Amino acid sequence: MQQIINFIIRNKNFLLYVLLFTISFAFTVQSHLYHHSKFFNSANWLTGNIFQTQSNISSYFSLNEQNQKLQEENQRLRFLLFNKKEKDTVPLDSSYNKYTVIASQIIKNSFSLPKNYITIDKGRNDGIKPDMGVITANGILGIIENISPNFATVQSILNTNSRINAKIKNTNHFGSLVWDTKDYNTVQLTDIQRLVPINIGDTIVTGASSSIFPENIPIGIIKNFDLNNTQNSYHIDVALFNDMTNVKHIYVLENHHREEIQQLESTTKND
Amino acid sequence: MTSNSYLINTTRFILLILVQVLVFNRLNFFGYINPMVYILFLYWYPLTQNRSLFIFISFLLGLMVDIFSDTMAIHAASTVTLAYLRPTIMRFCFGVNFELQNFKLTNTNRAQRITCLALMIVIHHFVFFNLEIFSYENVLLILKKVSSISLATLIMSLLLGSLFSVKKE
Repeated sequence: MQQIINFIIRNKNFLLYVLLFTISFAFTVQSHLYHHSKFFNSANWLTGNIFQTQSNISSYFSLNEQNQKLQEENQRLRFLLFNKKEKDTVPLDSSYNKYTVIASQIIKNSFSLPKNYITIDKGRNDGIKPDMGVITANGILGIIENISPNFATVQSILNTNSRINAKIKNTNHFGSLVWDTKDYNTVQLTDIQRLVPINIGDTIVTGASSSIFPENIPIGIIKNFDLNNTQNSYHIDVALFNDMTNVKHIYVLENHHREEIQQLESTTKND
Repeated sequence: MTSNSYLINTTRFILLILVQVLVFNRLNFFGYINPMVYILFLYWYPLTQNRSLFIFISFLLGLMVDIFSDTMAIHAASTVTLAYLRPTIMRFCFGVNFELQNFKLTNTNRAQRITCLALMIVIHHFVFFNLEIFSYENVLLILKKVSSISLATLIMSLLLGSLFSVKKE
């Protein structure tokens, strides 16, 4: 017993090092396996407020540019609104609406790591829940992962854990959107069968089998493609519409039917 | 440690974290180069006998940077490794003098200090990028990131070091 205690005292630095390293290593490996990093994320009170302060100051420098972007988006939406075919009936009851849109701003962006997370300035108090979709005026951005009362983190599409259902516009051929960490302007679309006719310049949009994003949200255009190793499906490079390095104003989407869809899918799976 | 030294180290701890997460994490030079200057804390920390405390503080430092940058505990793991290896590195660079009571960083020559800092940076970055990328298919990518970002960190650290160094009498 004496010897054991002596051994511990003699090697206490080494043991402390091993203990701390194991703790951090365990958290890191866990984050590689599951996509929920519950313990350490920047959606907490301290980091959220620091990033918020910083963002409040630095947002003045790009105010002109961001206003320009918002006005362009307004212009496009007004064009759609004024050229819309009039329907006979307009439902007034808001419970018919399928999606709720919550506007928010980015307070921390990141695109140089293999697993990028974005922090936004809305949280549980504003009605944000995990697994809601996040888009910008130009295209998709990611999915809400962790929330706190006033802040939330978004798993960017530039994250090796991200898998988003996407399809080629005007067809129903869908695959998953992943990222190979090489270039922050390019993501990869996999699992498109080799029989599907595709061309460089085709538009990629979100697919219908996702309960997070509405169908037909733009993602990007096909930059180049080739067949994968097994020669039965394509590996497609998609150039994003979004400039991931320069985003500020975003929209969080809530699908009111998501719970119903998930419930239905889980009961179907169990049968 | 005197009370003055406590104050200096606490201020340094907070300022280095803020500088790291608010300035250097957003540099994205060439799209991926973000120098990690917060390890200067480990280089400047006084050479005390209480190594356990030093290892623990380094762990906290890494963890804080992790929480800010959403990287789980990769910074913590690499910083704690560096903290454990620091005496070995310093003994390698400064020789037997390092063991003496009145040893000070300012008494050594510039080449020794730069070697020591460079070694610390390379070891830290090596652990960091191995954990971050975490696959041996990407050995070349790991080596590319370790070499380029180490160089950037070294340059930035030397600049910061000369900016805040204590003037020699």
